[in-house]
Amino acid sequence: MSTPALTAPKQPLFSRLPVVSHFKKSVGLQRGMLMVGLVLTGLLILTSIFAPLLAPYGYSQLSDASGSFPTQEAPGAKHLLGTTVSGYDVLSRVIWGSQTAVTVIVVSVAMSIFLGVALGLLSGYFGGWLDRILVVVADAIYAFPTLLLAIVISIVISKGQSSFWGGIFSCAFSITVVFVPQYFRVIRAETIRLKAEPFVESAKVLGASSMRIIGRHIFKNATRTLPLMFTLNASEAILTLAGLGFLGFGIEPTSAAEWGFDLNKALADTSSGIWWTGVFPGIAIVLTVLGLTLVGESINDLNDPRIRGRKRAGAPTAPTTPAAPTTAASEPEEAGKP
Amino acid sequence: MTTNLGHISDRAGNAEPVLSIDRLQVTFATDGGDVQAVKDVSLDVKSGEVVAIVGESGSGKTVTAKTILGLLPETAISSGAVLINGNNVISVSKSTLRKIRGRDVAMVFQEPSTALNPVFTVGWQIAEGIRAHATDGRRVSAKEAKLRATDALRKVGIPDPETRVNYYPHQFSGGQKQRVVIAAALALNPGLIVADEPTTALDVTVQAEILQLLRDLRDNYGTSIVLITHNMGVVADLADRVVVMYQGDVVEEASSRVLFAEPKVEYTKKLLAAVPHLGRHSASEGARGRLHQDGEILVEAKNLTIEYPGRFGRNGFKAVDNVSFTVSENEVFGLVGESGSGKSTIGRAIAGLNRTTGGSLKVLGYEMLDFKERTFRPLRKEIGFVFQDPAASFNPHLTIGECVAEPLIIHTKPSAAEARKKVGELLESVQLPASYAQRYPHELSGGQRQRASLARSLALNPRLLIADEPTSALDVSVQAKVLDLFKDIQEQFGFAALFISHDLAVVDMLSHWVGVLYKGQLVEQGIGNHVMGSPQHDYTKRLIASLPVPDPDEQARRREAHRALLGG
Repeated sequence: MSTPALTAPKQPLFSRLPVVSHFKKSVGLQRGMLMVGLVLTGLLILTSIFAPLLAPYGYSQLSDASGSFPTQEAPGAKHLLGTTVSGYDVLSRVIWGSQTAVTVIVVSVAMSIFLGVALGLLSGYFGGWLDRILVVVADAIYAFPTLLLAIVISIVISKGQSSFWGGIFSCAFSITVVFVPQYFRVIRAETIRLKAEPFVESAKVLGASSMRIIGRHIFKNATRTLPLMFTLNASEAILTLAGLGFLGFGIEPTSAAEWGFDLNKALADTSSGIWWTGVFPGIAIVLTVLGLTLVGESINDLNDPRIRGRKRAGAPTAPTTPAAPTTAASEPEEAGKP
Repeated sequence: MTTNLGHISDRAGNAEPVLSIDRLQVTFATDGGDVQAVKDVSLDVKSGEVVAIVGESGSGKTVTAKTILGLLPETAISSGAVLINGNNVISVSKSTLRKIRGRDVAMVFQEPSTALNPVFTVGWQIAEGIRAHATDGRRVSAKEAKLRATDALRKVGIPDPETRVNYYPHQFSGGQKQRVVIAAALALNPGLIVADEPTTALDVTVQAEILQLLRDLRDNYGTSIVLITHNMGVVADLADRVVVMYQGDVVEEASSRVLFAEPKVEYTKKLLAAVPHLGRHSASEGARGRLHQDGEILVEAKNLTIEYPGRFGRNGFKAVDNVSFTVSENEVFGLVGESGSGKSTIGRAIAGLNRTTGGSLKVLGYEMLDFKERTFRPLRKEIGFVFQDPAASFNPHLTIGECVAEPLIIHTKPSAAEARKKVGELLESVQLPASYAQRYPHELSGGQRQRASLARSLALNPRLLIADEPTSALDVSVQAKVLDLFKDIQEQFGFAALFISHDLAVVDMLSHWVGVLYKGQLVEQGIGNHVMGSPQHDYTKRLIASLPVPDPDEQARRREAHRALLGG
């Protein structure tokens, strides 16, 4: 699939970035899915960045110049999405919640990637007792229900409740512990496969040290699936965060807005016909997870040339025709061995 | 046999064609735009005729073969006509196509071990086709299908078919598996068999048997065969007519004797000239004794044994058994053997990629029996290694320049400018432009990559080079160039080489001294051209006799000799 490079000059860096390059080669339904996912994810990120400008009130604001906010007020002119039982403005909480969500995703996934990749590389390349111990530990973590594990870790780290960063980190740590085995397993499997590749053997024959082989030859080749895992795990991280908040292990409403926590508080409202306190944080969670999953799944499909859809051959597509004759001359090599 | 050949083609001359391809075009949609794999192919196959489609990779021969069975992927569109008994495969409905497959045309695949499903008995798999084609609405009973499967197995010469019909694929050897695949293709007596590289995955001795089987099918049942291959020896052995394809076009079509004797088109001439021919261009031509024995002995194996540990409760597997040989300075030692003979294991053991388990193997004075990576590492710069698959032996994320500079950076730590200069020189010594250092491995062709691989192994001016099947992944014309280059460079740099290959003709072209491995044992060694010319050991005789040569008349004579050898 890389032969166009034979004739065409190298694409600029921007077009080779993971998501951008995926978008460029997608067509039809796959493109639609990716587009929806990207729009939703983009909205999430923009909202989190501009939360201070977008939100009408602070996340823990209970009153303004005209006095205290009413509690459980239906959506109206002053409070577009109504207020909660404690008197918080629902719209502001939902907007500020995106900031918590993005921070937790970034922190937790970053930590689990670093740890998982490092352990996976070492374990896969050296094997032996180190590998066996790490695999047993990873499997043991797999055996626990993730949410239970996250709760235990959260209690250990933060002793229950805490500040914004304390809460973020306790959530992120507990999610990290759950995710590290996944990254570890994937990278380890890739490393074991790559270890037998001729180019690694050829480096070995040249006398390269183990660290050089891991760093220069295996690392880049083993980490190609990471953008995909990142997006898929990000949505899972949101769900775990929301689950923790819902169960009361999240962040105090005074230190940050958190959708799971709000859902928990809205639980009692549902029976009395107050729908706005639960529906909007719920929608925020659903859209975020949907967006991230769509992006992840689309990348997954686009990475596999067997699943990836293409424009029909010979279809009258004007923009591609200038490239066609040049590549056709040099490319039958690829097509000859399907 | 030769008279028979002529007779068949005469008889075929006035018969109705079984297969007729008319102006076939196939286009694939790829990420880089549309690719025309087959541009304009027209050919006829008559009843009882063997037509070979030859060409190098990318010539469109496999795509043409797949079109005949309607096996093209969804990304392809085809135009033109492929007529089998009056049905146009390109335009018929899916259900008609299903009826045609198996009944009118069947396929034999390249790799018999993947063409068979490992969880079903071979009898079941053959019967599957029979039962799928229940004629006139009558269901074929399981018993009857099995009976017919047994018959099919008997036809292809599987001994004791009544028992073997209940065997699973893993209980057969590679050659027998290919026989089973052919039996499955034959089960419904199709008039036409499309064989896509049917012997490429097989050893030479097995290949000879399968070719004989295909020939018998044609002679006894009048089956037409479309043979797709890149091996000119196979073509000379089996084909009546040859179609040469190049970049999606038919460039020449002639009867096989005419084509080999007087090729008309320039491309065919070049292709035929590039095919290595046993007994021509031998490196040890005119040698009386072993050459280059005055220098230091670089590799010395004494009763070398390499055993792979068995699984729990089983004995280990002896890949190399009691092998003794030496490689001296300046000498090219050729190691030939079929798959599983242990030739690669020996090469890898010398490079320290495999551990030895018995006897003694001294590499540059280092005893490999007490191998420690730490103590062996200083010696690594004296040893170069060229791998079989040039595409896989380069890190896809590094440029060619970075790859070639790796050994320099590891062992001599040069400055960036020095490294760049040295890489440029190395690339030029293997006849690649120095500007190729900027390219990535996938931007080079197979032959160029193998040259770059050679450049990398030569970067530190090693005294010993191990080449493990360096040309078997390349096309013939590319192979010829790489072999020439290898020969030149060996003379120029003067390193000792262990040249490992399954191809006798290739080994003979390069090696001064040749060793023949069979099931882990070195059955014969001697001056290259003596071993090829007058082999002593029975196995070597068989090996050489079963190698098809690219010349139909000579091959017919060799075939008779081979049969006599097996019979007597």
